[in-house]
Amino acid sequence: MNPLEVHDLHAYYGDFRALHGIDFRVAAGETVAVIGANGAGKSTLLRTITGLLPAPAGSVVFQGRPIGGLPPHAIVRLGIAMVPEGRCLFPSLSVEENLLIGAQFGCRGPWNLARIYRLFPALEEKRAMPATLLSGGQQQMTAIGRALMSNPRLLLCDEVSLGLAPLVVREIYAAMPLIKAEGAAVVVIEQDTGQAMRIADRLYCLQEGRVALEGAPRTFTPERVSLAYFGV
Amino acid sequence: MEDWFNTLSQGLLLGGMYALFATGLSLSFGIMRLINVAHGDLIVLAAFAAIALVEPLAIGPIAALPIVMLLMAGFGYLLQRLFLNRTLGDDPLRPLLVTFGFSIIIQNVLLEVFSADMRGLDAGTIETASLPLGGDVAVGVYPLLVAATAVSVIGALQWLFYRTALGRTFRATSDDHRTAQLMGIDNRRVYALAMALASAVVAIAGVYLAIRTSVGPSDGPQRLLCAFEAVAIGGLGSLWGTLSGGMILGVAQAVGLKLDPGWGAVSGHLAFLLVVVLRPNGLFPKTRDR
Repeated sequence: MNPLEVHDLHAYYGDFRALHGIDFRVAAGETVAVIGANGAGKSTLLRTITGLLPAPAGSVVFQGRPIGGLPPHAIVRLGIAMVPEGRCLFPSLSVEENLLIGAQFGCRGPWNLARIYRLFPALEEKRAMPATLLSGGQQQMTAIGRALMSNPRLLLCDEVSLGLAPLVVREIYAAMPLIKAEGAAVVVIEQDTGQAMRIADRLYCLQEGRVALEGAPRTFTPERVSLAYFGV
Repeated sequence: MEDWFNTLSQGLLLGGMYALFATGLSLSFGIMRLINVAHGDLIVLAAFAAIALVEPLAIGPIAALPIVMLLMAGFGYLLQRLFLNRTLGDDPLRPLLVTFGFSIIIQNVLLEVFSADMRGLDAGTIETASLPLGGDVAVGVYPLLVAATAVSVIGALQWLFYRTALGRTFRATSDDHRTAQLMGIDNRRVYALAMALASAVVAIAGVYLAIRTSVGPSDGPQRLLCAFEAVAIGGLGSLWGTLSGGMILGVAQAVGLKLDPGWGAVSGHLAFLLVVVLRPNGLFPKTRDR
């Protein structure tokens, strides 16, 4: 059984329809990248999976269980963690407290404070600092660590490389194989198509709320990707 | 000189009372961004709950306090869960209107049940006992108890907020309730717990108020004003700020009262105005907490 199955998903912001019948799945242990231009519906897809936007019950199925329409906190407790776009660390919490809050309602599993500090050593010496005083890259590491602390079966990462220096992005993506090795399936949303194609087992390209391209990245020619990306 | 020391100590001790009034308001604002217009009426409700309990149970007001705290905490939890949670959102007017409605309802229910008579609680000799500090200087035992309680309550809340998992949850939810939900936090339940906590502190304020002076069913708005001023002076969302806000208000009133008996309340309001004009965010806004 695939951890995540999304069938014919429609999503709306008021009268505006952001997703037009998306089919999307993530297999166990798989890393899936979602690319697409601004407004293609990438973030909307994640917001619907995590319950921040309402969805019909049967259209999102997690480990065989329909989760559409559940409140976000209930969905997260089932084993889906999210690294939100813009990181969204809690400013009045220290780095360590941000990590601990991720664990508070999570599942049992391999991740704990010590393992996060081993994954991102830069965080350990800043553990007592307010999280928002860290550099952008370290904030992103904290956000990923916070999500991992809940020991998710499915980790959703929204634009982790946004606004970060290429070197920092490489450092963060270097952690992905270690995360994958612990058995979680990973979905990354990326603006950086090259980065997405390097790390993904499978790739989705969204265009105006529809899936324009789906498959293993190595089977695509750059022309096909850019056609799916830009639609021209 | 001793005169002024007396005035200062009286002001500080009175400030303890104001800090107790204000703590619940500070909590509900700090965690839920909710301005509870019915806060003063909840204080009066707690006072009348204690008044209703002491006679049939044949206990003193201090012994009744834990019971009133539990009752008020339960009331606060349900109030938030059943009503106030539905008003939260992008429109700040809705919680204002709903809590204003509750203010009127509580006043009228109290009037119906207890009549318009002013009632109080009798705590015995502790009310009039005083500690001589040498010379002409003495402090009342009861005001001292109130101020000590205020400091301990705020110290305990501070510990809860910064040293426990529940406090961490409160702070995270207050920072960003959407992201908090992505951490598995049920923000509506957190708000209900916060209101229960605030209402337990309100119970302490209500019982202490009724020991200090007599209260009537329509006294709530007056108490709300004191509480609001203390919170605004101290800075929104900061608990130690709220304590100092209460103290500043108390000292201002005591000094005003000493200069002219008619100037007590007014000097408190003037101190509030002065702070709000010079420092619109209060003296210790939340961002300075850490």
